[in-house]
Amino acid sequence: MLLSAIVFLPLVGAIASALLPKERASAARWIAAAVTAVDLALVVWLLIGFNVAGGMQFVENRTWVVQVGIEYHLGVDGISLSMLLLSALLSLVAVVASWKQDTKPGAYFAMLMLLEVGMNGVFLALDFILFYVFWELVLVPMYFLIGTWGGPRREYASIKFFLYTLFGSVFMLVGIIALYLQGGTFDITALAGMGFPATFQWWVFAAFFLGFAVKVPVFPLHTWLPDAHVEAPTAASVLLAGIMLKMGTYGFIRIALPILPHAARQWSGFIAALAAISIVYGAALAFAQTDLKKLVAYSSVSHMGFVMLGIASLTPEGINGAVAVMFSHGIVTGMLFLLVGMVYERTHTRVMDDVTGLSAQAPVAAGLLAFASFASLGLPGLSGFVGEFLSLLGAWKSGIPAAWVVVAAIGVLLAAAYTLRMVQRVVLGTPSKAVEGIPDLNVREIAALLPLVALTLVVGIYWDSLLRYVDPAVRATLALMGGS
Amino acid sequence: MSLLAGNPLSVVALPFALALLIAAGGKKFVSITQWLAVVAPVAAALAGVGVLASSVPTAAQDVAWLSQGGSVVTAGLAIDNLTAVMLVIVGVVATCVVVFSIGYMADDDARPRYFALLALFTGAMSMLVMASSLVTLFIGWELVGACSYLLIGFWYRKPSASAAAVKAFLTTRIGDVGMLLGLALLWRVTGSLSIPEVLAAAPEIGAGIVTVIALLLFVGAAGKSAQFPLHIWLPDAMEGPTPVSALIHAATMVAAGVFLVVRMWPVFEVAPIALDVVLVVGVVTAFFAATVACVQLDIKKVLAYSTISQLGFMFAALGAGATGAAMFHLTTHAAFKALLFLGSGSVIHAVETQDIREMGGLLKKMPVTGTTWLIGVWALSGLPLLSGFFSKDGVIASVLHAAPLAGYALIAASLLTAFYAFRVTWFVFFGSYRGSAHPHEGGLVMTAPLIALAVPAIALGYFSAPFMQSLGHEAEALDPVVAGVSVTVAVIGVLLAAALYRLGVDRLETERTSLGPVHGVLFSAYGVDSFVTRFLVAPLEKVASWFYEVVDRKVIDGAAEGTAKLTMLFGRLASGLQTGETDVYASLLGVGFVVLMSIAIWLGR
Repeated sequence: MLLSAIVFLPLVGAIASALLPKERASAARWIAAAVTAVDLALVVWLLIGFNVAGGMQFVENRTWVVQVGIEYHLGVDGISLSMLLLSALLSLVAVVASWKQDTKPGAYFAMLMLLEVGMNGVFLALDFILFYVFWELVLVPMYFLIGTWGGPRREYASIKFFLYTLFGSVFMLVGIIALYLQGGTFDITALAGMGFPATFQWWVFAAFFLGFAVKVPVFPLHTWLPDAHVEAPTAASVLLAGIMLKMGTYGFIRIALPILPHAARQWSGFIAALAAISIVYGAALAFAQTDLKKLVAYSSVSHMGFVMLGIASLTPEGINGAVAVMFSHGIVTGMLFLLVGMVYERTHTRVMDDVTGLSAQAPVAAGLLAFASFASLGLPGLSGFVGEFLSLLGAWKSGIPAAWVVVAAIGVLLAAAYTLRMVQRVVLGTPSKAVEGIPDLNVREIAALLPLVALTLVVGIYWDSLLRYVDPAVRATLALMGGS
Repeated sequence: MSLLAGNPLSVVALPFALALLIAAGGKKFVSITQWLAVVAPVAAALAGVGVLASSVPTAAQDVAWLSQGGSVVTAGLAIDNLTAVMLVIVGVVATCVVVFSIGYMADDDARPRYFALLALFTGAMSMLVMASSLVTLFIGWELVGACSYLLIGFWYRKPSASAAAVKAFLTTRIGDVGMLLGLALLWRVTGSLSIPEVLAAAPEIGAGIVTVIALLLFVGAAGKSAQFPLHIWLPDAMEGPTPVSALIHAATMVAAGVFLVVRMWPVFEVAPIALDVVLVVGVVTAFFAATVACVQLDIKKVLAYSTISQLGFMFAALGAGATGAAMFHLTTHAAFKALLFLGSGSVIHAVETQDIREMGGLLKKMPVTGTTWLIGVWALSGLPLLSGFFSKDGVIASVLHAAPLAGYALIAASLLTAFYAFRVTWFVFFGSYRGSAHPHEGGLVMTAPLIALAVPAIALGYFSAPFMQSLGHEAEALDPVVAGVSVTVAVIGVLLAAALYRLGVDRLETERTSLGPVHGVLFSAYGVDSFVTRFLVAPLEKVASWFYEVVDRKVIDGAAEGTAKLTMLFGRLASGLQTGETDVYASLLGVGFVVLMSIAIWLGR
């Protein structure tokens, strides 16, 4: 029941705040804060009760649609737990960061909570139809968040986002149905390790690849991302980059690898190549940006490339690294988007040359931005390094051609280049006109950032704090693939 | 002492805690908390001395960070004699630098940040040298880089300072990419990143791969230790406060590359090709940087190029297989170069400029600084009796033995060393004062560290035998021929400098005119910097924006949107020319869905 509660509690909150009468709509933020906080508390309770070596736990399995064998099947292992924690934490942070939202607040906070339902559900579902429902559910509130509360080009961006992801999920649905017809069940755990024929695996993998790769996003399917981020309100950007991108890579680890192991090995070279290209390409484009949000958006393409590289390695190090990057990128990019949003609220610009010299004017904001930047560029001792390092270790240990590993490693240099150039302009130097006189972060804003700062340090200093949960699940996944 | 020596973790944790405390104390308490920053290096030095005195290495404190069945990624710390030597160097120099800074930075508003960063650096540097795992080593390696970045850019309002900070971090990170790949390759072939395990496995690695590993590690070392062509960041790093230059960019962090090669010696030992590369890079750097130092007009730039050159001497020794000589030169260099940098700081503090043309005659006005400076350049030049004489002879002798040609190049570099050292000395300390300030000695906090560092700069040379033994090397007697030759060239260098510059500042003009175009080449350090800017950085920026504007926005996005428009047209036809966009999308999706479902059903037969 705990997992169901975690998934559906935000739904209750969403309905409640949507039903608020117009004149009381501002109470929605209190509902949202309470609901997301309780939900996070439930996840922490789950974390305490979780047995690190226990495999899939807190399983709930009931028949749902008897005729076609659709089940209501939820469960949590170390990989989904880490993602669930990220989802619950960032949802609360997103609510706190949106406190000042006064355009249709009832609907806004309802959308945020609805989004959490979908995200939590994706990471816990073990039945394909359930998974697909949650997967698609995520699209709707995000579409409205960008389309209603977004920037000037919000309609273009939201439709582009919607079509791209829908395009991908149609292919995923095809894959799901093909698996059902071949395997006779929608149960993800039952399908794992069934050993489908090689050609069949190859084609179904192709379908899933398109579905997941759009979401990650992998080069060249990424062009929706910068548009969506630039137009999205801050909280939506945080959740989009922090959680939704991970749904794609989570899909690879939870579904594509254990169910289609043969195809995964066949595809690994191709995925590694795309991953390496994403890393360098995303970094180069981040370097070319003058808009802070676009810079962070393209840096996400680059960082998610490290996740794909780790997955493509099909080694324990690599996949541990992939999950570590997913987790770290969630908290670190969350921080970056929050800070960019907070600076934007004060200066009304995101153009780097107009926002300079933050240190002299707003030292707390500047210090946190520098901290998040160093975490993002993979400074050892902070969380960003852990996953990138392990991904590289795994990639070079596996059969991936050394050239791609070298290209990926160059990405580490490029990350430092675009990040430090941003820090040099925005944090250092003398205050620009837009920056002069702005107030530093207030207590609420610092409170939204602090948990993320703490996690960045904890994971970065003591890797095992995260990996002790992830590693057993990774090894179980690889065991399902039959060795390696 | 044994408490610290037995708990390497405390040597790292203490400075980090102190850094937090100093930062938390803020401006209000900084006059007290700045003294706390002294505790960190003192602890490091005590831990080092504790191990050296008992000559019992502490057992590694290892933690598994990720167990993978047979292979485990561990993080760990341990202190052996090599580490202990480094800890003592870091501790002693950092102690002097912190005390000196209390005087030097007295008027700066941001002292809490400054002293917190110094403490943080001490902790990170201790972590680097105590690492028993390459993971820990790399973490320390990058953290000292981050501290270096933050301290070079300490006066962040100055655009040149922030630019120099970024340049330093990026250039060293080029090396780090190589090092990272080297670590990954080591993990692949040995299944471990624990230093003792990797070193034990080194002889078993195939010759080709071990050469690649050694070269990749050396790329990292060359970045950190500013070896040609990755040296370009160090002269710019002089934008940081001068005591920082003494600590990070002369004595400790920049020597980390040398330390890395010594630490990983069993890997290099079995890779002769890699050692040849180390030798060549070292000799080229030593000579090249020495020529550049001969014409610089900024007192810190002279010292910066001198540091690059001296690090080149150390790598040359490593390439020749003489790890003991390299470590010994590292140690003496740390003492006399930190002394010279602090001396330059004392001078800059007094005359408020770094331009040697506006100095002169300071020996009389600042006798302590002047005298200790003379001790420093005496040692740097390799003149007899002081420390540099013994350590440099060790380097030259070993290189001559391994590769005579390289040895001659080093002897030439020694001549240049004596020349530039005394050229700058004449201009700063002799003749008459040409500036407009009122030079005077700083307080005791500034003079005491100079005196403290002058002691090892004088005496370290006589401890060569126990030093070598503690690192497990045979103590070697001075080679009289080498000693004779190197003393002769050093004296020639000094006399040359004296003859040319004794007469005063107008000679700087003569220098420019008589050297002609060569002067420009030397002064701009052979134009490596502008080459990098023009032919690497600028084109890369162009390529990046071309990728963004053309490839990403036009080609990829254009293709995607083109397809969308095409299918929209198709959908309009398919759905009987409906005009509403949503309808088109819906019907298109419907059609697509049916087609794809048919494929799926066909696949799943």
